[in-house]
Amino acid sequence: MSDDIAVRVDNIGKQYRIGTRRAPGTVMMREVLTDLAAAPFRKLRALARRLAAGTETLPQPAGADHIWALRNVSFTVPRGQVIGIIGPNGAGKSTLLKVLSRITEPTEGRVEIHGRVGSLLEVGTGFHPELTGLENVFLSGALLGMRKVEIERNLDEIVAFSEIEKFIDTPVKHYSSGMYVRLAFSVAAHLEPEILIVDEVLAVGDVSFQRKCLNKMEDVHQHGRTILFVSHNMDAVTRLCERALLISHGGIQKDGPASDVASAYLLSTLKTDAIQEWPIAETAPGNAIARLRRVRVRDEAGATVENIDVRQPVGIEMVFDVLTPGRVMAPSVMLYARSGTCVFSAHDLDPEWRQRQRPAGSFTATAWIPGNLLAEGALLVSCGLGSIRPLEVHFFVREAVAFNVTDPGMGDSARGDWDGSIPGVVRPLLKWQTAYRPLSGGLIEGDA
Amino acid sequence: MTQEATSEALTAAPLLTPLVTTVIEPAHGWVPLKVRELWEYREVLYYLIWRDIKVKYRQTLIGATWAIIQPLMTMVVFSVFLGKLAKVPSDGVPYPLFAFAALVPWAFFANGLTQSASSLVASGHLITKVYFPRLLVPTARVLSGLPDIGLSFLVLLGLVAAYGRFELSLSLLWLPAMAALALLTAFGIGLWLSALNVQYRDIQHAVPFLVQIWLFATPIAYPSSLLAEPWRTIYGLNPMVGVVEGFRWALLGSGRPPGMPLVVSTAAALVLVVSGAFFFRRVERTFADVI
Repeated sequence: MSDDIAVRVDNIGKQYRIGTRRAPGTVMMREVLTDLAAAPFRKLRALARRLAAGTETLPQPAGADHIWALRNVSFTVPRGQVIGIIGPNGAGKSTLLKVLSRITEPTEGRVEIHGRVGSLLEVGTGFHPELTGLENVFLSGALLGMRKVEIERNLDEIVAFSEIEKFIDTPVKHYSSGMYVRLAFSVAAHLEPEILIVDEVLAVGDVSFQRKCLNKMEDVHQHGRTILFVSHNMDAVTRLCERALLISHGGIQKDGPASDVASAYLLSTLKTDAIQEWPIAETAPGNAIARLRRVRVRDEAGATVENIDVRQPVGIEMVFDVLTPGRVMAPSVMLYARSGTCVFSAHDLDPEWRQRQRPAGSFTATAWIPGNLLAEGALLVSCGLGSIRPLEVHFFVREAVAFNVTDPGMGDSARGDWDGSIPGVVRPLLKWQTAYRPLSGGLIEGDA
Repeated sequence: MTQEATSEALTAAPLLTPLVTTVIEPAHGWVPLKVRELWEYREVLYYLIWRDIKVKYRQTLIGATWAIIQPLMTMVVFSVFLGKLAKVPSDGVPYPLFAFAALVPWAFFANGLTQSASSLVASGHLITKVYFPRLLVPTARVLSGLPDIGLSFLVLLGLVAAYGRFELSLSLLWLPAMAALALLTAFGIGLWLSALNVQYRDIQHAVPFLVQIWLFATPIAYPSSLLAEPWRTIYGLNPMVGVVEGFRWALLGSGRPPGMPLVVSTAAALVLVVSGAFFFRRVERTFADVI
């Protein structure tokens, strides 16, 4: 037995059969009937092909509708580590948790787990609507792996944590969804396994209770427990986890410090790179007057960057060919946050070319966005080129490039010493002034 | 090890035992029953039974009275149509008593069988979300029928006394053994059917027929004395024959004392349970994927 490893995952794979979602190797009588009535299943096959197309790297058994939900997944988790598992829907995250929780068996590979495992794969595991809140605490607690004595010992605390003492003897079917979640999570929060496996259960519930649960989970972590945590909430992942795994197409795409993996994931979900080029002039966006040839996100040193420190300026560089001379032109960029909010729109005011007709040739226009202006997170850049007189748009490319603003949290950004989430699409570093006067003569309005 | 002990003391973890190591690997073919693991999960079994019992008669007007009404009404129907009209013989025992003494274990068996056959599918939400030995699900369903048979047994005792046939004798000690045999049989069949039902929902449509046919293949409405040897011993392959005859003999002194047919019945029930358990373990690895 190794002393410092909590979970060792060695080359596991899980194969499913598309359509019925069952593991291979089982022969079914139904197959015969399925073939007879194959028509309705053609749709599923088409779906299977589409899914398979997205997972070209994975070998597909010939002639069968099998899919590897997980393949060649290996990693180890040292004891006491909190590890986030992120990735798009259908990437295999939940399958991984189900394998680790022993709910489903891997098709290949081996997992070694040192310690008692508690899995939270849903809110309110085992809850029965007809039973009262209190009864469900016992039932759910037992199913999640608590001993009766543990439940009894923690009972007062569980009930108090849920904040629904008044309704604890009411059948949970009469609960509001909020009350249900509170009770369910307070049972879960009092689990005391050495290894806790948590699926996206924090996505429910109101914000203040989510915060409370996150704090409770941090508590758990401080008690030295190992946590594997699936979430779509990158804020929670970067806050709670030291390390993260990015899973997509059934494999581990990235494994590293949580903030790095989370920003890489955010960027990958945009399906847009930090640079886009159109090498063939004829098919580049544009018209007979001008065509866009390249857009990229660059730092001050001139390198193309996907991630930019919030404190550093970032340049959006457009390279375009002017084919027909004689126009006054205005390159422009628009920045969108992931939510779809337009952060700003700007057009080129370079005095050298502002009122000047442009000759034919290649132009490079760079818009510099100062440091300490944008908020953390991914940003999508659209860019365009228009003529003022006559008014005409030569090209406008939506989501041409993307980049990610990160904050290492050194205390000198607008984040200061706060490590929680901060709303807003911009985060300027403002100048703050403070006036102070002692209270001796009573409070006097400031001399602002 | 010392390091571990310290960290556990710090966490105030309930386990002072060394860390358990679990290995997860694909299994092939027949796998062991892991009886020790079942024992470790006994509290989960307890809560599953407790849940089933609590939930069964929630939001009903007459609650657990239903446990009595079911065999009682069947007894009335049998007495009127078979006892009175068809004049089915009853080994010299008043027909209502004759029928009810058989219907009490039968209702326990039939409910246990029906409930456990659908138990896994009904617990799909648990099976896909949390690990515990799946064998506990049908086990809990069968065991949660025990209070019901207890209640209806009290009614049976009352009926026996009302007919003035109650005798305190050592043969009464056979009754729990007979109930246990009914339980084993229901459990054995339940293991097979619940596991099959996960893959083939046909089972849940077939179960009502199975129970009905089984009812007539068991000497409930008629005495097994209608059958001659060797058919009677072969008939004993149906474990419920042993149960029903045993009940009548222990309580009413009718028929023959437990003998060869009971041995056959017990052996058949044990074969059902053991084969059912191994079959269950063999297919349970796909439950979460198929259910």
